[in-house]
Amino acid sequence: MIEVKNVCKSFDGVEVLKNVSALFHAGKTNLIIGQSGSGKTVLMKSIIGIHHVTSGQILYNNRDFTAMSGDEVRALRQEVGMLFQGSALFDSMTVEENVRFPLEMFSNLPKEAWDDRVNFCLNRVNLHNANKLFPSEISGGMQKRVAIARAIVLQPTYLFCDEPNSGLDPKTAIVIDQLIQEITYEYNITTIINTHDMNSVMEIGDHVLFINKGEKSWEGNKDSIFESDNEYLNDLVFASDLFKKIKKNNLLNKRT
Amino acid sequence: MNLITHVGRYSQLMTGVFKKPDKWNITLRQIVKEINKLGVDSLGITIIISVFIGSVITLQTVLNTANPLLPTYVTGLVTRDTLLLEFSSTILCLILAGKVGSNIASEIGTMRITEQIDALKIMGVNAPNYLIFPKIIAFCLIVPVLVIFSMFTGIVGGYIITYTGVISPNDYILGIQYAFIPYYIVYSIIKSVIFAFIITSVSAYYGYFSYGGALDVGKSSTNAVVNSSIIILLFNVLLTDLFLM
Repeated sequence: MIEVKNVCKSFDGVEVLKNVSALFHAGKTNLIIGQSGSGKTVLMKSIIGIHHVTSGQILYNNRDFTAMSGDEVRALRQEVGMLFQGSALFDSMTVEENVRFPLEMFSNLPKEAWDDRVNFCLNRVNLHNANKLFPSEISGGMQKRVAIARAIVLQPTYLFCDEPNSGLDPKTAIVIDQLIQEITYEYNITTIINTHDMNSVMEIGDHVLFINKGEKSWEGNKDSIFESDNEYLNDLVFASDLFKKIKKNNLLNKRT
Repeated sequence: MNLITHVGRYSQLMTGVFKKPDKWNITLRQIVKEINKLGVDSLGITIIISVFIGSVITLQTVLNTANPLLPTYVTGLVTRDTLLLEFSSTILCLILAGKVGSNIASEIGTMRITEQIDALKIMGVNAPNYLIFPKIIAFCLIVPVLVIFSMFTGIVGGYIITYTGVISPNDYILGIQYAFIPYYIVYSIIKSVIFAFIITSVSAYYGYFSYGGALDVGKSSTNAVVNSSIIILLFNVLLTDLFLM
């Protein structure tokens, strides 16, 4: 569980996050949504510690991240897996080496067990026969899967995904979304996903946090989103004709 | 950004670089890789440049010392001392600042803008130490070897040109041996190790603090080469004054 309490973040005097509070539960896919420039990426990067918050608290299972020493932060980071928007695979390493890297750095497993663990994670993300390929030799969807495998190889307690399906075709995007959700349920991970893909919201939005102009504007889930009267949320989620029709049908079905 | 900010950020980065590595075996493996990439791969260009510059120094010296009052061995002596004192350490390092410096800055800069450095940080890896420490150690270890190769091949280049008839090969060999001071080699190696540190650390600094896109990585790479070259020239004056005066 991750709790964000009254978090503010400013850059050069410009307030990007304004008093944001939220609770992200374990075993759920928690989505942060918002328009470009709304502050959702800053919120996620503040939770991970890439940005230092101006004020407020971030609690990882009641451990105050903002008050931790450098060594404590580094220890905590071994409980964290992260899937970056561009995958962020190390391009000088093969797929296998990328997934093995966290094991080499931090694992207590015997060296002989590393290969088994790497193969298990690659199989878990349905990636076969790509072990010896370099990231530049595989597709965007496969790169995301390798990044997921790398993120889960140390069995993290917390998983962060920044725009996990950007640049992917809709079918592959759903596969990646479902994979993240399956892993979240399977290992009871606290997963936080930063997205503005409404398909993802409808597919895996167990808990949805809507950020608008740096503030928490709405909180709910993929079902309650249809009943929201938040103007900004509706503008974002139901921007396309397709989603407008879905909302209309959904409300009609409920009335009948 | 002013000079003091750069110095402060550079110092902070170096503090991270020289922390104890997470895993020594991984660091040693990286050092071996970097020795190959930064050093062994620079051997070819070092030899080619040194042979040609050795030849040109010999020709220029013959041309400019064509005086019956000067001994015939002076060409060999001037070529040797020019190579040992300046070319094989300073000029070679300036050339390597272009090759190795741009390589380091663009590699680390690309890792920065593609979030690979953030990925290391999130994993809990000390990114400056993991990425930069092996490069600094590797290049400081391999540069003396390149300098020795440069001295040797530069002198050979001068010797080869004597067969065109500009000077007797025997006079050249005599000049090479005349009044030889072994300390010059030690001096040259000390200088080159300091220059190697400057090239790797300054280039890594510019790469590490890259932001934006491909254009910005290109700018970082240019800044790395230009600034490390200027710092090398500055240190060359200081070190010459310190070790030779």
